[in-house]
Amino acid sequence: MNIDFESDKPIFVQIAEWLEDAILSNAFEEESQIPSITEISVMCKINPATALKGINMLVDKEIVYKKRGLGMFVKEGAVKKLMKERKNMFYESYIEALLDEAKKLNLNKEDIIEMIERGYSK
Amino acid sequence: MSSIEVKNLSKSYGSTQALNQVSVNFEKDKIYGLLGRNGAGKTTLLNIITNRLFADSGEVLLDGKPIMENDCVLSNIYMMSEKCLFPEKMRVKDVFKWTSQFYPSFNMDYALSLSSKFELDLKKKRDSLSTGYGSIIKLVTAMSVNVPYVFFDEPVLGLDANYRDLFYRLLIEKYSERPFTAVVSTHLIDEVSPVIEHVVMIDKGHIIKDEPIESILSQGYTITGPANAVDLYVADKDVMSYDMLGGLKTAYVSGKVPSELPDNLEVTKMDLQKMFIKMTNDKEVSK
Repeated sequence: MNIDFESDKPIFVQIAEWLEDAILSNAFEEESQIPSITEISVMCKINPATALKGINMLVDKEIVYKKRGLGMFVKEGAVKKLMKERKNMFYESYIEALLDEAKKLNLNKEDIIEMIERGYSK
Repeated sequence: MSSIEVKNLSKSYGSTQALNQVSVNFEKDKIYGLLGRNGAGKTTLLNIITNRLFADSGEVLLDGKPIMENDCVLSNIYMMSEKCLFPEKMRVKDVFKWTSQFYPSFNMDYALSLSSKFELDLKKKRDSLSTGYGSIIKLVTAMSVNVPYVFFDEPVLGLDANYRDLFYRLLIEKYSERPFTAVVSTHLIDEVSPVIEHVVMIDKGHIIKDEPIESILSQGYTITGPANAVDLYVADKDVMSYDMLGGLKTAYVSGKVPSELPDNLEVTKMDLQKMFIKMTNDKEVSK
């Protein structure tokens, strides 16, 4: 995993998103264990408090949970939940950004639709 | 809560005032970055905390007890100094044994395993080590003493990229398995900034920042865009400095990152190193 330290996105948010991606892609299956705070912080060379903050984001969203004495596990139904959330965010994160950039470049609606169709036909 | 309290320390060398009324706290189980330019007073501060130098005035307390000439209190503190103070002709392995006599909590097995990770030759004499290995022997010792407060003065001096990387990983691993207070004084700010939790910045003998890193990072940002638009936007703001590149202007602004911006301006956050440079630069004549 690669943390972008230059990014405007805080490191703990990047950690949370990376774990979410891994859960979405089934790299960490439901009811399986995710890496520990130590493993994550050593791998990314970040303060353990930062890694903990990232994991706590997922605990608050009920994506992972703590098994006492064992570690953090992916909650059942996590994938479905994440899919739903990402779909809801799709408009904000991609469509709005796309329209902003299109405006700068004087691309109109037809141009954009044509490009999307080109993307699908590949 | 356990902590090292530094109270109103002042220290002069002849006419040079190295520390001027410095007060700062180092709390239990946190990783600190101690940042300052050359000659800012970092090493003087660390030397006083570890009782290697006497302050002209002020005091250092550990859990309320003065550290000065108090061996019992001082056994909780270890300092990896910039200078190598181990006897010159001593072999690496003997340096470890020697240290373990002063610090009973020294973990020899751990020291040996670190030595093999850094490929440190245990039979070599201390004065035959290269600059890099001179740092490594001090590092390995500091990592193995197992005391609640460890100060690292320039821990990665002369270390290649691989070994610097190894050091940061080992520090984090050790810290998360068995938390302790680590105070890292370094000029490699970009490298250390994700590792530290709290920043103490010292400039010309004064503490200029003593805050969690997150709070420091939220105090500044850069605005880039056409010069006139930038000037207009920052007119009522506290600007640390400017860069110009043709008609493109960048302003380094202190304050919270704005949420609303004119279309033609771009905002980016400032990293710790940039903040540090801006905060400790002698006021340039700019604009």
